[in-house]
Amino acid sequence: MLRIECPCCGLRDHDEFRYGGDASVMRPAHDDPDPQAWYRYVYIRANPAGLHREFWQHVIGCRQWLVVERDTRNHAIASVELARQLSARKSPARKPPA
Amino acid sequence: MSSNHKRLSMGGRIDREQPVEFTFDGRSLIGYRGDTLASALLANGVTLVGRSFKYHRPRGIFSAGPEEPNALVTLATAGKREPNLPATTLELADGIVAESQNRWPSLAFDVQSVSGLFAPFLSAGFYYKTFMGPTRRAWMFYEHFIRKAAGLGRAGSDPDPDRYDISQAFADVAIVGGGPAGLSAARAAAAAGARVALIEQDFLLGGQLLAEPSDSAAAAWLRQAEAELESSETVTLMKRTTAFGIYDGNVIGLVEQRDPTNPQLAGEARQTFTMLRARSIVFATGAIERPMVFSNNDRPGVMLASAARTYLNRFAVLPGKKIIVATTNDSAWRAVFDLADAGADVTVADLRAAPPAALAAEAARLGVVVRAGTHIVDLRGGHAVRRATLNGPDGQSEASCDLVCVSGGWSPTVHLTSHLGVKPQYHDDIGGFVPGAFPADRFGAGSMMGNYSTAGAIEDGHRAGTEAASFCGKSAPAPTPSKLDLGETATALLFEIPSVGRGKAFVDFQMDVTTGDVELAHREGYESVEHLKRYTTLGMGTDQGKTSNFAALASMATLRNATIPETGATTFRPPYTAVALGALAGRAIGHHFKPIRRTPMDGWHMANGAEMLEVGLWMRPYFYRQSGLDVNEAYVAEMRSVRQAAGLMDISTLGKIDVQGPDAAIFLDRIYANGFAKLPVGRARYGVMLRDDGIVFDDGTTTRLAENRFFMTTSTAKAADVLSRLEFLLDTAWPDLRVAVTSVSDEWAAMSVAGPKSRAILSAAFPALDVSDAALAHMGLLESEWQGRALRILRLSYSGERAYEIYVGATAGEQLWTHLLEAGRPFDLKPYGVEALGALRVEKGHVAGPEIDGRTTLDDLGLGRMAGKRTGFVGDVLRRRPAFQAPDRQRLVGLECIEEGKRLRGGAILFLPDEKPYGHGHGRVTSVTFSPERGHYVGLALLAGDVASEGSEVVAVYPMKAETVRARIVSPVFLDSQGERLHG
Repeated sequence: MLRIECPCCGLRDHDEFRYGGDASVMRPAHDDPDPQAWYRYVYIRANPAGLHREFWQHVIGCRQWLVVERDTRNHAIASVELARQLSARKSPARKPPA
Repeated sequence: MSSNHKRLSMGGRIDREQPVEFTFDGRSLIGYRGDTLASALLANGVTLVGRSFKYHRPRGIFSAGPEEPNALVTLATAGKREPNLPATTLELADGIVAESQNRWPSLAFDVQSVSGLFAPFLSAGFYYKTFMGPTRRAWMFYEHFIRKAAGLGRAGSDPDPDRYDISQAFADVAIVGGGPAGLSAARAAAAAGARVALIEQDFLLGGQLLAEPSDSAAAAWLRQAEAELESSETVTLMKRTTAFGIYDGNVIGLVEQRDPTNPQLAGEARQTFTMLRARSIVFATGAIERPMVFSNNDRPGVMLASAARTYLNRFAVLPGKKIIVATTNDSAWRAVFDLADAGADVTVADLRAAPPAALAAEAARLGVVVRAGTHIVDLRGGHAVRRATLNGPDGQSEASCDLVCVSGGWSPTVHLTSHLGVKPQYHDDIGGFVPGAFPADRFGAGSMMGNYSTAGAIEDGHRAGTEAASFCGKSAPAPTPSKLDLGETATALLFEIPSVGRGKAFVDFQMDVTTGDVELAHREGYESVEHLKRYTTLGMGTDQGKTSNFAALASMATLRNATIPETGATTFRPPYTAVALGALAGRAIGHHFKPIRRTPMDGWHMANGAEMLEVGLWMRPYFYRQSGLDVNEAYVAEMRSVRQAAGLMDISTLGKIDVQGPDAAIFLDRIYANGFAKLPVGRARYGVMLRDDGIVFDDGTTTRLAENRFFMTTSTAKAADVLSRLEFLLDTAWPDLRVAVTSVSDEWAAMSVAGPKSRAILSAAFPALDVSDAALAHMGLLESEWQGRALRILRLSYSGERAYEIYVGATAGEQLWTHLLEAGRPFDLKPYGVEALGALRVEKGHVAGPEIDGRTTLDDLGLGRMAGKRTGFVGDVLRRRPAFQAPDRQRLVGLECIEEGKRLRGGAILFLPDEKPYGHGHGRVTSVTFSPERGHYVGLALLAGDVASEGSEVVAVYPMKAETVRARIVSPVFLDSQGERLHG
């Protein structure tokens, strides 16, 4: 079984987690009206043989969504980060909407 | 013959003070503590122990370990049968009742063996040809006979009376294999400071050291190593434990057998399945001796040379008096010397033209006849070997024998290391496959790495144990390993198949695969090892081809005129040895298979005649039993009571989510298709969420408790998914929104009072609260306390009637439930179950799970107006894609049954009246109910828009019951289309 090093809870079995799909696809802004952008986000996947960034949620634990880098060839996990920290870094200090 | 007549009077690792009674095929026999079933049978002179899979040939005991292909037995005790157990690994204990397999009417006389009736049908590729070729029809005729003839043991059909446990374990260093390499690795890793788990499938530690005489230096070394490990606080010795699989994350699947000789453990789990998580693993799994291939090499009395030595030295059994040892290498000579020393008349047939002189000299001293450049061509003897035909430099000759020991060299046990994709690589110098490069956290030691000498294995184990501990950051200096040199000579272990006689020459004993089958596969083009395996069923038995793999490979390599590495090796997969399903299930059987969720009012339901229904993990009241009514009558009576007076429903299973934060309103505005930003404090709103692809995800109501605080309910089924989805969006898409979501599903008990008298009931139940329409309008909220617990009353309706959802702290749920029933008694308040709940919503045209099925859009469900022209919510863009607007898109309609005395059924397929009812039709019925209001069956359906004109007819076809019924397309709202009853 996969063992995932949760940044909050430590090394845990994968059955404490829920898989959440490809984390490498960029979600369009919530008000993006472009159907092509949403089509690519929802349906287009690279399916790499090698490192794959994917979402996992520690549902039976801290409930944080994580971004896990997993090698699809051997299930070796290269990194685990809190999704919230990663996404906050990507969109730095956007003022909350009024 | 006397009991234990093949047992020696001295030596061995058996306790002659502790005799053990057991039964084999109805015969009562005696063995000793320390025996396996196989050694006890051999001691009693039992050589014939089973019949083979396809040809029903007589078979005996071939090995002394888990690689056993032949001696598979069924343990049969009261109420229980466990088939296909290798007698060679069954620890002998009092009361074992074993049966041989695959024979009829008896082991000694088997009808199918005598007639050979099926042999022509059972060559390689038989199944493929029968299924694929022109003889397919013949299968129909033969299947019955072949199914009866094939197959090994028969499992019992009663529930397994034994208990199993599952445990979780952790270690720094796990060491698989308790032979010299594993013991040495364990000592080194423990000395370095690591927490060590040493796993050994046998009930004794020692591995091949157990084949050494019990008074030897090897035995002394073993005693010392075992004592040292036993006294170590950081070492866990796991005997009787098989590592059957290696999984990601260095997780090892273990099955531990209960010690059958310890009566104090009688009530404990028969087997324990342990998932051991190790930071590093040392594989010290040893090697398995290879058979030799010649005609009739499967006869009872043919045995691996190392097994014969094990039976002699470990179990004090001399399995033969006149023995031929056929070998290709030095290792079998150790058996030769020990067997000769024990008094047997031994002849060595060594395939090599010139065996080492030192071996020949020792043989001469012991009076052993040495025949160099010689191999066995054929064997005779039915239930036991009698004569061998040898072929040597001087031509063919005959020799009588009662035991034939064979050694075709050794194959490192690379099964486990292969499980995670470490490919075996062929090494010429040892003539076998060893694991390829390991990842940093896995190590190999001893003969599984081709390091065949005991001294080398001990050194190698020490190195691997030290490195594995160091990987875990434990590197306290370890003392040098105590040495043990048994003086094995390391010679190349060649493998070849010399000329064979006319009889069948087996490569896979358990699956009855012969050299002829391999030739046939080659001739028909199945040359790749993976094809060979599937075409001939080679290696597919319960032994997973542990002894057969290499012989088959070598045979195919010869036919292809290729080298062994060119021919390749098949992939090994878990489990290494057969695992009882009961062990994997542990205690999660019967009603423990999955958790059961019960609402706070569950006790009341059970005590008051509720028929309960499993809904996901929840137990919900299906309907309440009333005098003599079946479910169909009962739910209609419950519907009537809601429509005419009032009903009380347990809705505690709804998902409940607390949404808080300065941006909570913005958040809800984005996740719901309809707007929530402007929802006033103290008001509730029905909302629908979409997925990113524009399909409806879930629906429910959300109430604004305060400016920055909302109370969301979800459907029962989607409660977990919705919460996870909200968390996903907050964590990944909108980390700038200051919102927190928390499940409060279990904190609240919830119940719904529905019906025209519901307000009067509330007034009676809560005299201190103002529940007038002015104070609590439709979609309004009233917050208060009841009996010291938080109370929320929402005026919401699912049934179409005036109704209230009442939430109270979960611990007061049952108390409030009975209080409401009491207060409602004068108003005829009756509890109702999920069947009536579903029926009420169908009558009202509300969609639920059967319609929100992961394929429907807002427009499909007639809810398009909820979103209107809004944008900027989840699913907004893709819900407008052209395909979702196609004219034949299936949309929600109402159906009413127009045939007297007939009914609609959920799942029925819809056709036009003049159409042949064939194929998928134009849509399907999703939900149905008998409507007391209308007096006939009504239903909701999804029907193609291009044929769905209101007022026209369709035919609902239900092939499962061969029913066809006419129905009229109508509005899905069957009752009170103006919504007046909400205020009634």
